Amino acid sequence: MNNVRNKKRANKSLPFFFKDEFKVFFVIIFVSTILLITTFTFDKVPPILNRGIQPATFPKGLLVLIMFLTAVIYYLSFKNPWKKEKKLPKPFFLTILSFILFIIISKTLDFFLAISVLSIFVSYNWGEKRIFYLLLVGILFPLVVFIFFEMILGLRFPPGIITNLYYY
Amino acid sequence: MMTPLFSSKLLIVLIFGTLFGLILGVLPGLGPTTGGALILPFTMTLDPLSAIVLLTSIYCAGTYGGAITAVLINTPGTPAAAATCLDGYPLAQKGEAGRALGMATVSSTVGGIFSVIVLVFFAPVLAQLAYEFGQPEYFALAIFGLTMLASIGEGSPIKNLIAGAFGILISTIGKDFMTSIDRFTYGINELSVGIGFIPVVVGLFAISEMLTQSTLLDQVFKRVALKAVKLPSLDDYKKTWKTILRSSGIGSFIGVLPAEGGTVASLIGYSEAKRFSKEPEEFGKGSIEGIAGAEAANNAATGGAMVPTLALGIPGSATTAVILTGLIIHGVRPGPDLFREQPDFLYGIFGAMLIANVLFFIFGFFGAKLFARITLVPNKILWPMIFAVSVCGTYSLSQSIIDVWIMLFFGVLGFFMRRFGFSVVPVIIGLILGELVEGTLRQSLVIFDGNWLMFLTRPIALTFFILSLIALAFPLLRSKKQKK
Repeated sequence: MNNVRNKKRANKSLPFFFKDEFKVFFVIIFVSTILLITTFTFDKVPPILNRGIQPATFPKGLLVLIMFLTAVIYYLSFKNPWKKEKKLPKPFFLTILSFILFIIISKTLDFFLAISVLSIFVSYNWGEKRIFYLLLVGILFPLVVFIFFEMILGLRFPPGIITNLYYY
Repeated sequence: MMTPLFSSKLLIVLIFGTLFGLILGVLPGLGPTTGGALILPFTMTLDPLSAIVLLTSIYCAGTYGGAITAVLINTPGTPAAAATCLDGYPLAQKGEAGRALGMATVSSTVGGIFSVIVLVFFAPVLAQLAYEFGQPEYFALAIFGLTMLASIGEGSPIKNLIAGAFGILISTIGKDFMTSIDRFTYGINELSVGIGFIPVVVGLFAISEMLTQSTLLDQVFKRVALKAVKLPSLDDYKKTWKTILRSSGIGSFIGVLPAEGGTVASLIGYSEAKRFSKEPEEFGKGSIEGIAGAEAANNAATGGAMVPTLALGIPGSATTAVILTGLIIHGVRPGPDLFREQPDFLYGIFGAMLIANVLFFIFGFFGAKLFARITLVPNKILWPMIFAVSVCGTYSLSQSIIDVWIMLFFGVLGFFMRRFGFSVVPVIIGLILGELVEGTLRQSLVIFDGNWLMFLTRPIALTFFILSLIALAFPLLRSKKQKK
């Protein structure tokens, strides 16, 4: 209980733009505003073809509702500040980095290679240093999954430097 | 009626689904929703009945499986088993892990079977009622579903509403289904067909959980030794039978309402068990009634949640949203016509759920010790493997790499949503109900010639709107009452 109170107090002492409440409020309002502006670029349907409302009206209504409710939770947070979350540890950022690596490798080199690199990268950074287990999660298991999907579901994976070796 | 279930193929599917569900339930962070979403691509190789039997058996067994880790390592395998930790773990610490798991197994089975009976009798009645529904009534029903989800789901109702509205907003991406006008596609061709359900579910559940696990690497589980699961004694039965029946009723009712099914049901089942108990002071210290109350309720929610899913096509929980997607993928349209045209298919599902409840009793009773050992697989090995399956599974449905990127995006988004107290379940329900909400609204406005007030002239729609307002006001009244 005391711990939660201390965390809340710690959060109160920060300038408003560093608080989680403001960050969440800002991100939602910012993204919603951009999306709301986008809705004004949607094509309009001539009245004769229009069924009920214009295609942009429904998303506009939803975005306005989201913005209104976000303002309400931000207002309520003045009375009841959110508890301050712990700082994110290094493995979290390394996992995010592995996702970025995955996207780059799957786009430029090979889908299977991207899975292998991510698996080894994540496993290693989460504390696995034994070569056998790294090979198990990085090569053996993805290979089994790959062959299983290929044979059972008849799936054709996107071409790449390693996948092409299998197909040709 | 249960003839199809006597085929050896379906029995194998049922046994596999139950075992797989138990494994998913036991592993903290995974669960029937993520597991169902991951296995959905594989169901394409099965006929529709086998596919849905597989998904429903995963649902039933996965909900029970969470209790094993809740009792033995004080970590709920699924959110629905959170209340089981409160008394299951303290009882296990007293050296009575077998007794705790025995009660969890029996009460889960009774709750599950009770809810299947509710499903068999109640779903056809609801489906019959649905014949009276037109577009305005379906719109009002979907709104009622979303407001119920916001008000009785976990966490802040306003945050749940935002998440639900966000889910509906995602469903508007792509070509407008009535006019074929592009919305939020930004010139990307792949987006014109909209965002698929599977990349969003796998992202929000599996990938966001992977990110959550990356922040918990220093977590150490204290395991309690288990010799064998024991059937409850006569004294235990005498003490808990009323609790089990009450919680089964509560769970089935909560399940029918569109909410976070088992999670809410188990919390209410637990608190009601405490309220009616002759020994409320024992709760939190290893009360056998506490375990029975929570476990009967969360498993009873499984059958309950299937009622609106099958009768109306409106999911009662996140896992039933996956099952609903499975039905749609296999060309089965839930609703009143399903009850009239394909009764064999439906009774196949009912029978499968009944058998799944018996199977997880047997597997749980004899194999809990073995299933508990699955938690020994370290996260640094397990999660990269889950990632490989998630990526291939997501890719397989449309064979689109964009789907994999969408999955990763929703994984990161889901992590931050959960970090800041936004439940991801309303996003899933909103996404699946989105087309229904928008479609019925627009068609209603065509019928009403653009006059919004005409909604109020339809008695059933008006009733749902009033219930929605009550649902929205309920958390406000509850917090005022708590302050007093």
